[in-house]
Amino acid sequence: MKMMQTNSNVTLEETRVQEDPKPESTKLETDVENEYCEVKVENLNFFYGSVQALFNVTIKVQEKGVAALIGPSGCGKSTFLRVLNRMNDLIPGTRLEGKVSIHGENIYTPNTDVVNLRKKVGMVFQHPNPFPKSIFDNIAYGPRIDGLKDKIMLSEIVETSLQGAALWNEVKDRLNEPALALSGGQQQRLCIARALAVKPRILLMDEPTSAIDPIATQKIEDLIRDLCANYTIIIVTHNMQQAARISDHTGFFLQGEMVEWGKTSSLFTNPEDQRTEDYITGRFG
Amino acid sequence: MVSITEKAMRAIFIFCGLAIILFLVGILYILLSNSMPGLIELGLGPFFAADRWNPGAYGEPTYSLLNMIYGTLKVTLGALIFAVPVGVSAAAYLAEIASPWEREFFKPIVEVLAGVPSVVLGFFGLVVLAPLIARVFNLNSGLTAFNGAILVGIMALPTIITLAEDAITAVPKEYRHASLALGGTRWQTIWKITIPAAFSGITASAMLGMGRAIGETMTVLMVTGNMVARPESFLDSVRTLSAGIAIDIGDVVFNSTHFHALFVAGLLLFLITFAVNLLADILIQRKPEVSK
Repeated sequence: MKMMQTNSNVTLEETRVQEDPKPESTKLETDVENEYCEVKVENLNFFYGSVQALFNVTIKVQEKGVAALIGPSGCGKSTFLRVLNRMNDLIPGTRLEGKVSIHGENIYTPNTDVVNLRKKVGMVFQHPNPFPKSIFDNIAYGPRIDGLKDKIMLSEIVETSLQGAALWNEVKDRLNEPALALSGGQQQRLCIARALAVKPRILLMDEPTSAIDPIATQKIEDLIRDLCANYTIIIVTHNMQQAARISDHTGFFLQGEMVEWGKTSSLFTNPEDQRTEDYITGRFG
Repeated sequence: MVSITEKAMRAIFIFCGLAIILFLVGILYILLSNSMPGLIELGLGPFFAADRWNPGAYGEPTYSLLNMIYGTLKVTLGALIFAVPVGVSAAAYLAEIASPWEREFFKPIVEVLAGVPSVVLGFFGLVVLAPLIARVFNLNSGLTAFNGAILVGIMALPTIITLAEDAITAVPKEYRHASLALGGTRWQTIWKITIPAAFSGITASAMLGMGRAIGETMTVLMVTGNMVARPESFLDSVRTLSAGIAIDIGDVVFNSTHFHALFVAGLLLFLITFAVNLLADILIQRKPEVSK
């Protein structure tokens, strides 16, 4: 799978790597050499019943790093995110045209194992949604439904996942307390830890900080920067500063169209499209 | 200024509301006033003594309700063992799996089931179920606690299905999405997340179904054989408290000890049902925990 050739993406990615000031650029370079595409979407059209929500979206996301999707409310960025783990399947009457590949595999074939796909592509939601169970059981849920029963292994996964989400030190002495007793920010990091426990390759985040306070937001932003060394993170945010702070690439959505997609630094300083410039300079949205 | 008609309407509605309380208090009063003479005459002991219910016996009549309490418990618990898993699964199906048209199709059927007169169900038990049970278990008679439990379970099903479905539907969809996004199948999501999250509501539905089952009279009267002997197994004939009252009340001497003893049985039933319903109500009031 690593050897999948995707030539069309080279130009953009090469520029990105040359200009990328962030430390993980070396790692990305090897990926570009392999021209391996983590997420590749071609000519995607998406419909809720007869209403078209996404128009001809094409995007290629490389392995590791953070990709941010910005745009005004209702522009289709969340819809796009949910295309990638097929959560839109839950909404009756949705329809999709085009090709969506993850790790080189089309995820919209009749044979696609959606359950398996969602294990590879984890998701963190806008509102923290821990289960009404203990902290431990929340994290262990994913491995358990995957068939893991061994208590020691489960404890290890719980610990590493909570450490991965920078929550371990705060909760290690009360793993059996209900997750709903945690603060909103802690709940959201718990949800991130819960997603990590399934060992995904990609993490989708749908406005993960919009429901929590600024200090908790900063913790999660720091966490996202840490996690992107090992995971490909695609985050939807309507906070442009957040996108600028944490992402390597940014995509700007407007009315269901992907107006512009590129390196975060260049998109925010030197946008190619007039609409992007209007949006990031605050003329609308 | 509030007009006269406005005031009158208000008074009428308040009265109707209060009437409900009045009825309940009235029933409790009748039960107490008619059972008290029996309780005063005999004390509480003989009603729970180890002998039988035999108020017509020459010389020393006995009034033990114990065997009938066993009978009631046997039929009720048997009904729940059957009706709770079936009812909760049906509720999960209606709430989580059924397509809209399937739901539209099944929900009225559940309501029709709730409306079947108990005597009709009893008749079904008598002519269909009893011979079947007798044949399968090689018994002389199929009129057993088992037969009653199945039928009472059927009668409790609509209550359980309707309330459990409400409880399951009330579980926030965020829990489901979280489970599915972690790679949970729909099946795992229902059994490990949705139903546990709806647990208090589901328990309440079982309790209310139980309340329905405990007081059920006509069906059990028809299909359980009504022997007052102490039942040894589910395949024995039993007499429940409710059936016991119904059987005797027709030809009991008014204001006799026997008459008052029947009211003691009635009071006991009332108290059990009241307690079960109260508990169910507390469980329903308890809101499921929701994330901030």
